[in-house]
Amino acid sequence: MTASSQASPPGLPALAARGVHKRFRIPEERSHTLKERALHPLRRSRHDDLHALKDISFDVEPGEFFGIVGRNGSGKSTLLKCMAGIYRVDQGAIWCNGRMSTFIELGVGFNPDLAAYENVALNGIMLGLSPKEARARYERVIEFAELEEFQDLKLKNYSSGMHVRLAFSVAIQVDAEILLIDEVLAVGDAAFQQKCFDVFSSMREEGRTIIFVTHDMSAVTRFCRRAMLLERGEVVSIGDPRDVADRYLELSFGRAAGYEDDQVGSARMGDGTARVTDVWLGDDRSEHRSVAPQSEPLTLKVLVTFNADVVDPAVSLTLLNDQRQPVVVATTALDHEETGSFQAGERAGFAFSFHNMLAPGRYHPILTITHRGEGLDVIDRYTGGLSFVVSGLTASGGMVEIPVETSVSRWGRAPEDEIQTAGSRR
Amino acid sequence: MSSPAVSEPLGQPIRGPRALDDSWSRFWHLAYNIARSEFKLKFFGSALGYVWQVMRPLLLFGVLYVFFVVILNVNKAEGAAGKFYGVQLLGSIVLFTCFSEGASGSVRSVVDRETLVRKIQFPRLAIPISVVLLAAFNLGLNLLVVMAFALISGVRPMLSWLELPLIVSMLMVFTTGVAMLLSALFVRFRDIQPIWDVFSQILFYASPVIIPVEAVRKELLSHGSLGHTLYHVYTLNPLVAIFQQFRHAMVNHATLSAGQVMGSWAALLEPMALVAAVFVLGFWYFNREAPHIAEDL
Repeated sequence: MTASSQASPPGLPALAARGVHKRFRIPEERSHTLKERALHPLRRSRHDDLHALKDISFDVEPGEFFGIVGRNGSGKSTLLKCMAGIYRVDQGAIWCNGRMSTFIELGVGFNPDLAAYENVALNGIMLGLSPKEARARYERVIEFAELEEFQDLKLKNYSSGMHVRLAFSVAIQVDAEILLIDEVLAVGDAAFQQKCFDVFSSMREEGRTIIFVTHDMSAVTRFCRRAMLLERGEVVSIGDPRDVADRYLELSFGRAAGYEDDQVGSARMGDGTARVTDVWLGDDRSEHRSVAPQSEPLTLKVLVTFNADVVDPAVSLTLLNDQRQPVVVATTALDHEETGSFQAGERAGFAFSFHNMLAPGRYHPILTITHRGEGLDVIDRYTGGLSFVVSGLTASGGMVEIPVETSVSRWGRAPEDEIQTAGSRR
Repeated sequence: MSSPAVSEPLGQPIRGPRALDDSWSRFWHLAYNIARSEFKLKFFGSALGYVWQVMRPLLLFGVLYVFFVVILNVNKAEGAAGKFYGVQLLGSIVLFTCFSEGASGSVRSVVDRETLVRKIQFPRLAIPISVVLLAAFNLGLNLLVVMAFALISGVRPMLSWLELPLIVSMLMVFTTGVAMLLSALFVRFRDIQPIWDVFSQILFYASPVIIPVEAVRKELLSHGSLGHTLYHVYTLNPLVAIFQQFRHAMVNHATLSAGQVMGSWAALLEPMALVAAVFVLGFWYFNREAPHIAEDL
């Protein structure tokens, strides 16, 4: 129904869905026993239908890195499970071409009482390998997981990091042409996530198809070639990840702003003696830039139109990241307490410049104009409009990428009472 | 049912979860390897390993043997059929242990492997079948103990020992049918577990484990038409024919054969039909439930 009906590809798509519907029955009172059935044989179990997926259609071309995004409860995980064959679709159909492997969770079915070898073989068989194939892959799995020394250990004696490494390594050693990935990248530390992304990148270069379900917009814009946005079980948009990311933010922030509106009573806070009319990135307003490269100077410009005479207004910037955490807060009141007096009908530009040390991801500026003073007398609060992506490869996991110098020096033997025995660390 | 665009297939359809896959080998490998790793866990998991697995039926045997043979002299009362009563008893216990491990073990099996069912696509039937396979592995080892005990007790090898594979496979078909039915029912009805526990106890006493079939027959058939009807109901239990044929063919030819218990070999079709019916019903129900087990958990 949507963008899927492009010009027909030379071959078949890697995965195609047409008119997929999925409903869940949510019983109001679940009778979980035969006794209840026997006592109330005539009572029909009342239930609500949750229409989790409504008429979903899309194609994923071979070799594509395709993102499926949506907020919690939008149906993205249900769709993934339908694609993986864990749920049966009620209507419509899904086809795939090629061997498919699903990473919904790492290490599913690992038995803590068995050693790595048994677990790797069993997990491989569950993921669709023959026992011979599963055993043949064992060496590679252990090597990739860097667990050669620990392979005879039972899994319950593994640290959680070793556990995750083994599970991930098992999962990627399945020679699938199509990979379905559900936010597995949320686990593990930053270094492990980076390793995951490296693996996915190399898989993409090998020409494998990757379908990635997430609500992490920065990952989608960084890796996906195309993306699809789901909202309440329906496809909202399919196409360029940046456009999809913008729609996503509209959906989530639009709603959040609406919530604030209810409390304040108007779309914009403040007395309205001045309004922010535009915000843009860089020097040239007409460029409509939405990407700010990391470790380069970044300028955010604000255009304010005055509807009444205002003396020494202050403009402040709050830069939120995707998790709505304020990362940068700046105000003109610090540098220029006396910004000057402006007359009704006048326009003025305010600029915020800094060296871009933000972590890759999407950012949303919030601009507030206040009267001179303590900043509580709000003229205007501007939340909509621009959001931009910081692009770059340095993603340590922190909110900002401040250059940090490290050094090592030896301090000699530690006092005895500071040394813990190896056993007490566990 | 389907929207108009679904006319031309665009590849291999994804059909959702089912009891069995297109690939038998995947189903078999999966069931076998799950059972094998569980078996290994039991074997190597504890200090005494497999001793515990063999000890369970042996301990039960010890208690029952002391009670029925030493105190009540059941074997004396039964004449020639009572010869090697100890071996008969142990054999029946081992067979019932297999049935009970397969059937009772499968009740919770699908629900207990919830994470697998919700996260991976695989032929769902592999789960209860792996439980039955594990019970079969155990039976194999327990039967070695039974045969050793038989030879020590003085049972001489007989040509009729060749019937063993037939007897065991009959038991396995019945166990598999019950396992499929129970594991799928438990997903919806959680009181299947206590119900089955009671039912399993009844089956234990209603099968020729402790009370020899000769005693039941003599008692019931001397009580007129009601007795005859009760005896008929008793013989419908497939475990009666299976256990009794084991006693007859494997231990003591003086005991009644399955055919003699039923009255005629043709009448043996009744419990066999019941075995087939349970198997078909079990598979049908599991197959029907398989596509939405992941949602009902």
